[in-house]
Amino acid sequence: MLEVIVFATLNGLVTGLLLFMLASGLTLIFSMMGVLNFAHASFYMLGAYFAYSISQKLGFWAGLIVAPLLVGTLGALVERYALRRVHAHGHVAELVFTFGLAFLIEEAVQFFWGADTKNYRSPDLLDFPLFTLFGQDFSAYRGFMITISVAIFIVLYYVLTRSRIGIIIQAAITHPHTVSNLGHNVPLIFMAVFGVGTALAGVAGVIAGPVLTTFPGMAIVLGSIVFVIVVIGGLGSLGGAFVASLMIGLLQSYAIASNLGVPDLLNLLGLEFSKDHPLNDLWTLTLPQIAPVLPFLLLVLVLTFRPTGLAGKREE
Amino acid sequence: MGKFAAWVSYLIVLLGLPHLFDSVLAITILNQMAIAIVFALSYNMLLGQGGMLSFGHAVYFGLGGFMAVHALIMIEFQTAYFSIILIPLVGGLIGLIAAIFVGSFSTHKAGTVFAMISLGVGELVAASSLIFVSFFGGEAGVSGDRTYGPSFFGIEFFQDAEIYTLSAVWVFVSTVFMYLFTQTPAGRMANAVRDNPERAEFIGYSARRVRFISFCTSGFFAGVAGGLFALNYEFITEENLNAVTSGRVLLMAYIGGLGYFIGPIIGAVVLTLMNSLLSNYTELWMLYLGIMFVLTVLFLPRGFAGFIMMHQTVWLQGKLSTLILPYLITGIPAVMFGGSCLAAIEMMHHGVESFDFLIFALNPESTFHWFVLVAVGLTSFYACRRTLGQLHAAWEEANSVGDQNKGGPSQ
Repeated sequence: MLEVIVFATLNGLVTGLLLFMLASGLTLIFSMMGVLNFAHASFYMLGAYFAYSISQKLGFWAGLIVAPLLVGTLGALVERYALRRVHAHGHVAELVFTFGLAFLIEEAVQFFWGADTKNYRSPDLLDFPLFTLFGQDFSAYRGFMITISVAIFIVLYYVLTRSRIGIIIQAAITHPHTVSNLGHNVPLIFMAVFGVGTALAGVAGVIAGPVLTTFPGMAIVLGSIVFVIVVIGGLGSLGGAFVASLMIGLLQSYAIASNLGVPDLLNLLGLEFSKDHPLNDLWTLTLPQIAPVLPFLLLVLVLTFRPTGLAGKREE
Repeated sequence: MGKFAAWVSYLIVLLGLPHLFDSVLAITILNQMAIAIVFALSYNMLLGQGGMLSFGHAVYFGLGGFMAVHALIMIEFQTAYFSIILIPLVGGLIGLIAAIFVGSFSTHKAGTVFAMISLGVGELVAASSLIFVSFFGGEAGVSGDRTYGPSFFGIEFFQDAEIYTLSAVWVFVSTVFMYLFTQTPAGRMANAVRDNPERAEFIGYSARRVRFISFCTSGFFAGVAGGLFALNYEFITEENLNAVTSGRVLLMAYIGGLGYFIGPIIGAVVLTLMNSLLSNYTELWMLYLGIMFVLTVLFLPRGFAGFIMMHQTVWLQGKLSTLILPYLITGIPAVMFGGSCLAAIEMMHHGVESFDFLIFALNPESTFHWFVLVAVGLTSFYACRRTLGQLHAAWEEANSVGDQNKGGPSQ
């Protein structure tokens, strides 16, 4: 029992931190431009695919450096030449545009790399068990994932709250006109933040690709969950996104690891239903079965009862 | 009575099309169009008229469709006794019930909050549909048979063409009602709430209530579309209520043009044609669809219908003919540029084997072919850029007397 809990916690941490790497960029971009970037997870997928192609030639570590840079550049270009143009047509047009972009990137990935799963592997250097607990190995690569995520979180936190550029960014979020009047190039700041945000998604893709498999559907699998996190955490709140990421990561991990379900509940209550009851599917429901749905259930509940999310500010 | 004439010609076109195109393929496509038109119009009721961006509209379509198939099964086993012409109504009622339930908590706010709730509900329902196998049939879906039940004046609906006629009538009736809805106070208030919920509240309307009414009506017609789907295909699967279908209806409505009642109809027709015809010619049609969608959002924010309506002022002034030549001068290089881009994409996709592109036989391994392609592409792009100025000038000239129109074409 204990080993299940420990490993579920560790895996939940890995997933949660990975989700946070995506959510942090998404929420930063949201607080700047007021638009939820539907294509954010697509940049994550691009990160994985770029890294795969680079790792074929130059190895994993080169991919870790170059792929996020490529993704970030691409993101900045998208902001400069497309999103800025759509911005004039309002928020719905922006949301629809990023939705279309997500669709297009998925098709483009299939065009360039094909529809099959890519054999993108973690480096041999990290191919050993970091420690063994209760007879189960915890791979060094997962430890590496945790390290990178935590390092990025710390750097991001310090840059945003302690550095001069971070102060300017924060000011540009709330008072773009004043910042512009002070002589800062606000559109350039927006482009840079979009670039950095997508680059972070790229990093997440590079390190998650070997573990979560690199295939054209990987953006969809993670994309809506990242959305859920950003909304649950409170739109625009970095701290909220952090808490929500860990929460969702752990929640899913525990739900998958547990083997509890409605039958156990019924046993506890001393109830029993025959196999051909019309609601048989409901009586045999188990937690691992509904694990993928839990984030969305949480999303609907949070939005209904607390539309601003965990740490969001009151609207208007 | 221009409007009356428009409706009559709409009905004539709907009913007359199968006589013009009577091949099996054409009837299949027409049936798909009929379903898509009702679905896209119902979506426009949300987004275009009510300002509610939904990423889960397929829920109402799918639930309506599933219940419609179950109704078909019930007719088959004689637990219910009614003619199958009423099946779309069954779908509609289920769509309505689902919308009343979801709308009761999702219409508090429009904008991002609504969009996120619709996304969440969409994912929830899609995932649950795989869990509750007895109702949704799991991956395989459920199937029925439409040929049971009392016959309708001797028609048994064995043929797809007969189903099309039934669908066409349903499409017409739904379109009329959806149009009439836009003319009711509820439809008018939906526009007001979309544009400025605060002001609408100040005149004494509950923005939430107005949204709720639009949402339920939209859910009803999405369900009708689902019922038409069930009648046409006689089966339905989980794919019909998941995010893919929700995304497709968004694409249809947006490409057609959200601000106009006729927009989604155009979008539904264009996308259905692309879906069924283009997929015969190229494996990459989804990629092209994505490109087309992104370009539409970038350059034609009001969709195809908006592009057509942009010429209203010019047309009323009788100056449309002055635009033909400038359009041709810029349009021909633009089409050539687009064509060479497509050819390049196809050549990259085909790798080594030769293939036919329009009237040309292209060989991806021939350097000469690549050279010509790049040359044509660059020249036409340059020509297009150079002639944009004259098009813009001609546009300004043609619009000079009337009120200012938003932006020129492709500018």
